[in-house]
Amino acid sequence: MAISDVAEYTHLTDEQVEALGAELDKVREEIEASRNADDAAYIRRMIKIQRGLATAGRVVLMATPHSKRTRVPGAIAGGALLGVAKILENMEIGHNVMHGQWDWMNDPEIHSSNWEWDTAQPAEQWKHSHNYVHHQFTNVLGYDNDIGYGILRMAREQKWHPANLGQPVYNALLASLFQWGVALHDLDIEKIRKQEKDPKEMMRQLKQIWRKGRNQVIKDYVVYPALSGPHWKTTLKANAAANLTRNLWAYMIIFCGHFPDGALHFTEDEIEDETRAEWYLRQMLGSANFEGGKLLHVMSGQLGYQIEHHLFPDLPSNRYAEISVRVRELCEEYNIPYTTGPLHQQYGQALRTIMKLSLPNKMTSDNKPTPPDPTREPVERRRKSDAERPSRRAELGQWSRNLRSA
Amino acid sequence: MASTIPWARVRQAGEKLTTPLHPDDYLSLLNPLWSQRELRGRVEKVVPETDDAATLVIRPGWGWRFDHKPGQYVGIGIQVDGKFQWRSYSISSPPKRSGRHIAITVRAMPEGQISGHLVKGLATGTIVRLAKPEGDFVLPDPPPAKMLFLVGGSGVTPVMSMLRTLDRRGTLPDVVMHYSSPTPERMIFRDEIDALQAKHDDFEFIRLHTDTEGMLDLADATKGLDGFCSDWRDRETYACGPGPMLDAISEFFENQDASDRLHLERFTLQLGGDGGEGGNLTFRNSNKTIEADGATTVLEAGEKAGVGMPYGCRMGICHTCTVTMVEGKVRDLRNGDEYDQKNEQVQTCVTAAVGDCTFDI
Repeated sequence: MAISDVAEYTHLTDEQVEALGAELDKVREEIEASRNADDAAYIRRMIKIQRGLATAGRVVLMATPHSKRTRVPGAIAGGALLGVAKILENMEIGHNVMHGQWDWMNDPEIHSSNWEWDTAQPAEQWKHSHNYVHHQFTNVLGYDNDIGYGILRMAREQKWHPANLGQPVYNALLASLFQWGVALHDLDIEKIRKQEKDPKEMMRQLKQIWRKGRNQVIKDYVVYPALSGPHWKTTLKANAAANLTRNLWAYMIIFCGHFPDGALHFTEDEIEDETRAEWYLRQMLGSANFEGGKLLHVMSGQLGYQIEHHLFPDLPSNRYAEISVRVRELCEEYNIPYTTGPLHQQYGQALRTIMKLSLPNKMTSDNKPTPPDPTREPVERRRKSDAERPSRRAELGQWSRNLRSA
Repeated sequence: MASTIPWARVRQAGEKLTTPLHPDDYLSLLNPLWSQRELRGRVEKVVPETDDAATLVIRPGWGWRFDHKPGQYVGIGIQVDGKFQWRSYSISSPPKRSGRHIAITVRAMPEGQISGHLVKGLATGTIVRLAKPEGDFVLPDPPPAKMLFLVGGSGVTPVMSMLRTLDRRGTLPDVVMHYSSPTPERMIFRDEIDALQAKHDDFEFIRLHTDTEGMLDLADATKGLDGFCSDWRDRETYACGPGPMLDAISEFFENQDASDRLHLERFTLQLGGDGGEGGNLTFRNSNKTIEADGATTVLEAGEKAGVGMPYGCRMGICHTCTVTMVEGKVRDLRNGDEYDQKNEQVQTCVTAAVGDCTFDI
């Protein structure tokens, strides 16, 4: 069941929710105050490594196809280097820089306002569809387009349609063409279908996607193959393999963020008059982590700390590990579920949901966890009326007014 | 010989290989100066001038044009605790078309975290960011026939750039220079100025050591302006030094009805009155201005003024609303942090003005 009141679901009183919010604000303040030269060196090192890998991959692919002996190993090595470079660029660098995690350095070369990443989607559209829509409305049905990306049925509350029978196929297509799926994401297919999209804005976005996508395609499938001369086909195939690797990897990591069984969905009742502390709580309930070593976390842009990332999307990613210790303690203290598990288990659950939900609800069982048991005396509570609620933070107020008038 | 290789076009072609990045993003990893994305330079030498002042000799990277006007200042950005901090300092070296270096002279201020770092803590080889030369306190070309310099403390640096230029070009006119400094030891460039005086008959150099001789009093009959430079009314006067000194000078010139011959450079920050909150927000590209109090966010103020402000979450998480603040100071309403760097990127949805601000939107 989608949740309409996070506090009620977790058996917390308003005071407890506010206290939890204050604790999380404190974590944020401490990390903000302690950002230092080591953090700056971390992102610079990542960028250096990534650009080094990309250059190495390109050079290997240009140099090796000319001899029969080196052609195949060269293509494999070059493609692998390039694939890893693309993964690092998209996950640990691009995604996190565009979140503003490194804006505090006051360096215009590593800044959310002008970073452009190595994938088909223009950064501007990503920042809207992801930083704003997804992070603000995380897992709220009807608001967060990341629930199935407008293609897959990922929640039992979403109405089943015979077209959903094709989900296993759509899923495979989405995984392998992930960068193109993401590229079209901010167009909001749903809105276009309902003819709610402003055609002028749609044209502008399409043009932007076309320009960015064209440059990406020319680079990987025309210019670099051409530089390999007569053996252009080898380079072209290796580049395609690198892009495919990145697509599959990014898809899998992202599907582990909000689709394992423990990550919950919410109805729009929840976001009405939601306080900052309730927003925190929703992020914790709606996200899922995965476990792994340091390298895995770097290669996934620290999204194994999805819960921490959703609580503090703009704190430097290299600090999520240390933040997660604090968040886990808070979850235990307040008896809030903290969803995590090994990568294969988390992805396995997401995949199972994709398969199950291709069928009507009555044919499958629900895997969503049962709500946490109250450890304290159950609290008599109800949704407060508008008059009883504390007023929202000023900068949120105007936003909701705009939304209503829109 | 002028380069015939069309570098701009080569770079453009290179972009096909590096898109969405620039070729410079890769080249700067080989040599940090090989990038035009942000002006930068390498500190080649730190020359101590006095106990608390040093000259930094900087080799600028690609994109730097050695065409500053004598007297102008540059912004210099250095990383302190991972964050770029910007300050402006006068260029003390003369402009040279074939130049390879620029020099700035910095005095460590008692409270100045950055100036202290620049004077004492900067290792040679450090890469710094640079901003284009700016400032109206410049030597006219051709120079006036008669000049008077009134200098206090490290205010000597822009004047030094002018003097070196005049000396190098051999066009030093009739110059009187009055230089106030607490002690002889703290007088930056004293030997070089002495040498100039020995070289040029028309150059008169007057030192004032304020610890023993007291502050300059322009109105004084013997020690004042009429005393050391009786023909000052015929001269173009250039004054640079601490705020109170400049205030006294401009007041004196106003009383004497001679303000049109006075050129001032203030190198200390002017504090905004009572330090109160709010102020006039100027949105440069939209050509709009609005007054806002200290509780109104920049975003709300901009929207009220009718500027198409970008925004997203309006709670400080998504950074959609980030714009460049050209000048001014804002306070983060969440934690009270203040941002006052030139050309700093600020999140408009959670910051409010502290004094007048200008935004690049």
